[in-house]
Amino acid sequence: MTRTEPNRSPKSDSENSGGGGGGGTTAMRVIVPLQGVVQGRGGLFLGSVIPCAFFYFLQFYLKRNRKNEPDSEQSPDSDPNSGSPDPTRSQSVGNLKELTSLPRSLSRILLSPRLSGGAVSLSGRAGCVIKGGDSPYYAGQKRVEEDPYDESGNPDGVIELGSAQNFNLEDDWFSDNPREVISDNPREVISDGLCMSGISSYEPSHGLIELKTAVAGFMSEATKNSVSFDPTQLVLTSGAASAIEILSFCLADSGNAFLVPTPCSPGYDRDVKWRTGVDLIHVPCRSADNFNISMLVLDRAFHQAKKRGVRIRGIVISNPWNPTGTLLTKENLYALLDFARERNIHVISNEVFAGSVHEEGGEFVSMAEVVDTEENVDRERVHIIYDLSKDLSFTGLRTAAIYSFNESVLSASRKLTTLSPVSSPTQHLLISAISNPKFVQRFVKTNRERLTRVYTELVKGLKELGIECTRSSGGFFCWADMRGLMSSYSEKGEIELWNKLLNVGKINVIPGSCCHCIEPGWFRVCFSNLSERDVPVVMNRVRKVCESCKS
Amino acid sequence: MVALTAAKQDQNLLSRMAAGDGHGENSAYFDGWKAYEENPFHPIDRPDGVIQMGLAENQLCGDLMRKWILEHPEASICTAEGVNHFSDIAIFQDYHGLPEFRQAVAKFMEKTRNNKVKFDPDRIVMSGGATGAHETVAFCLANPGDGFLVPTPYYPGFDRDLRWRTGVNLVPVTCHSSNGFKITVEALEAAYENARVSNIPVKGLLITNPSNPLGTTLDRDCLKSLVKFTNDKRIHLIADEIYAATTFGESEFISVAEVIEEVPDCNRDLIHIVYSLSKDMGLPGLRVGIVYSYNDRVVQIARKMSSFGLVSSQTQHLIAKMLSDDDFVDEFIRKSKLRLAARHAELTTGLDGLGIGWLKAGAGLFIWMDLRNLLKTATFDSEMELWRVIVHKVKLNVSPGGSCHCNEPGWFRVCFANMDHKTMETALERIRVFTSQLEEESLKLTKPMAAPPMVAKKKMCWQSSLRLSFKDTRRFDEGFFSPRSPVPQSPLVRAQI
Repeated sequence: MTRTEPNRSPKSDSENSGGGGGGGTTAMRVIVPLQGVVQGRGGLFLGSVIPCAFFYFLQFYLKRNRKNEPDSEQSPDSDPNSGSPDPTRSQSVGNLKELTSLPRSLSRILLSPRLSGGAVSLSGRAGCVIKGGDSPYYAGQKRVEEDPYDESGNPDGVIELGSAQNFNLEDDWFSDNPREVISDNPREVISDGLCMSGISSYEPSHGLIELKTAVAGFMSEATKNSVSFDPTQLVLTSGAASAIEILSFCLADSGNAFLVPTPCSPGYDRDVKWRTGVDLIHVPCRSADNFNISMLVLDRAFHQAKKRGVRIRGIVISNPWNPTGTLLTKENLYALLDFARERNIHVISNEVFAGSVHEEGGEFVSMAEVVDTEENVDRERVHIIYDLSKDLSFTGLRTAAIYSFNESVLSASRKLTTLSPVSSPTQHLLISAISNPKFVQRFVKTNRERLTRVYTELVKGLKELGIECTRSSGGFFCWADMRGLMSSYSEKGEIELWNKLLNVGKINVIPGSCCHCIEPGWFRVCFSNLSERDVPVVMNRVRKVCESCKS
Repeated sequence: MVALTAAKQDQNLLSRMAAGDGHGENSAYFDGWKAYEENPFHPIDRPDGVIQMGLAENQLCGDLMRKWILEHPEASICTAEGVNHFSDIAIFQDYHGLPEFRQAVAKFMEKTRNNKVKFDPDRIVMSGGATGAHETVAFCLANPGDGFLVPTPYYPGFDRDLRWRTGVNLVPVTCHSSNGFKITVEALEAAYENARVSNIPVKGLLITNPSNPLGTTLDRDCLKSLVKFTNDKRIHLIADEIYAATTFGESEFISVAEVIEEVPDCNRDLIHIVYSLSKDMGLPGLRVGIVYSYNDRVVQIARKMSSFGLVSSQTQHLIAKMLSDDDFVDEFIRKSKLRLAARHAELTTGLDGLGIGWLKAGAGLFIWMDLRNLLKTATFDSEMELWRVIVHKVKLNVSPGGSCHCNEPGWFRVCFANMDHKTMETALERIRVFTSQLEEESLKLTKPMAAPPMVAKKKMCWQSSLRLSFKDTRRFDEGFFSPRSPVPQSPLVRAQI
């Protein structure tokens, strides 16, 4: 039962047994295997009763404690329920305690305002984050920041294989083709884009229609023109994180949940859950199924949540799948849509890597295409997220889009973008960059070719070292099976290996636990930061780790 | 019927937040904008269109900005001169922001506070405009259901920015015209007590200095008392200083950053500043909002939240270049103040000539106009009635005090910096015609009694529909202690007033 280990932090052994940011995950990781065990012996009944009873008693215990304390302090003004989350939420033990106890301690500060020694009170949300910051995902990023690899300057530095950014393209591309991006008439851009309309007045915060048209065109190009996107159904936001957050705010109330097939993008914990109070229920996909979504498991997760009193509002998928790189087939998409209709929930399709399909002949099917071709689909349920910074590698320009068929969602999202708008000069820059179809076509093609080359090299190299990857057809990463290198088949073993890769091999990859993978030993390796030259360097480093593992 | 069920189903399918009207855009403040958007004024094409006086934008120094950008084409990376920086900037992704951007902003903030205080570039956290900055602060400091004290009248957008997604309540601190809408400790205590009675845990006090919509600046003693009040109560003090450089004439802006140096034993962990370049530099399109907190944890968390509203790296680069140009910035601020003062004088002398009062103030991009003597009765219904006439007949979009949660009917916010001189003249002319018409009418009214009943009847219709919309917008509002609430006020509030 190593699975029940509540802590995923790399320093887990000694400190920090409180759970923290990955609390929701821990709950699933406890409950899913527990139910598996119980179902094997006692059937469905016990499988649902035991966790429910567990939660019931926990809540009972917490409620009693909460009621008692303010009373004992003789508070005239403390409202025991103020600010505390809905107790029916699916949270891990640690997380639930943390969330309910935080507001309580805050109200105690209010009671004795002159208590100068205590810490200044922040919101419960703030508290969660401070504790959640040390997951390997962020710890690895920090290491890279401190000691980044540079071919000539710092050859011993840490190589970033963790973040899915497309760094390398510009170096070769924009230095050769600067004119492609910039306008032929810079003065025009300046006066149009910056002064007259851009800077000195408010424009619609959800994006200029010219940019929306250009983005719609780019999205069509990324899907090989198999579907045309309607610019009026687009809402532009500053970055995919805020696009996902806005959708979560619109589609679910605090305490509701989304289903997420795992392994999933490590960013969801922050983007979906943090400020919205929406929960994620992970639906584990297994290596035995090649990490494909099983509708059976999906259905079971839905019912289990329902039994626990959690309302499921939608399912979040990514296509091409982050982190495995799988493309969902038309059949997959139809099955998901059927599932959503039957259960009356939304489908959020994260298609930020749509333009980065690198497999020869790999066919990406957008959810929009399925919705367009099929008559009987409930379009109102389908929402797509797109991000210019991934395919275009303009990470700094922070422009992402929500594409929805639901007018209410669109109108709410438009209003919400005042809180995270795209700056005007950037919009004008992007308009001039991606309105040119020739540029877009060449860009997408160059990008694909480069990704294919690096991917092939990397997978070949890893295979020579005995590390297999699942077949990845799109995105910036491959999903590597390093189960053989772990000292023990457990999360602890996985984190140990991750530490080794980071400190001995000096490469930063993402351990599967950050992607909420149910099986230990899988790692996400991003290759978009690499050029072909770098691949041998990476291989040498992985070899070093392999050897140290075997010895 | 079909539409109805569809709407119902839709509501069921969406979150309460998306289906509800927490966005607060049903208020008159936003209605006026819609009226303007339908029929915007243009000196040649639409001479009888609505003049936008509800938008606090600083366009008086656009020419200076334009000149600088044309002289520095390399600053925006989309020109031939700047393309060498393109790849560095376009891929830059760090929640901290470009170091030169943070340094330049910190320096600019010092400049707009007369170099009396130092700002640490490492405490500068960016967000999507001042709206995003406010929301970030609210997310960091308060749980859903907690409250912030806000002196009234306040900026109507706060209802959306601070409350919609965060679930935070705004507790009004009632200020009165009798003392020039000053924030007094008594009013703060009363509001704090009100919140306590209605079980809202108060987490902070939010002030705008210079005040939006009043255009006044807070004096040193007042700021000190606010710092003391918040420190005593152990609640946060959030100072919105986005109009810092718009002071003109004799009035002086004092930042809370300066005051906390003078208050002994001030707990700085409770002090937060929200800033933006939209007003002071007239750059709203850049959507640059800044959170400057003295609390390390807030800086840390707000920075993590800034991933939800990062300023694009291109914009950061442009601003870093622009604000590092000392000569330009100094000249810009100096000229901007002169032009604002001139425009303010133009508007106020015009109003003085017509016998219309306004609150004495020397900051901001607006004046607080006193039309209390034009109201039929001293109620918010009749304020709305007058406002409708001003928007639809006089064709000036001003913001009624009611939408700013002012507790006295008859005040209006009039923005003056978002138009050229000619438009201002037209606007003044329209006000002149309007007041003279009113005088004629009042003369007529004293004689025959034929017309009034019909007018009165018509007004009744407006009023009834009006009341409905009020109910809608204020359903989740601060409840019984709102002076405009249809529910009778609690004896406590009445006693306090």
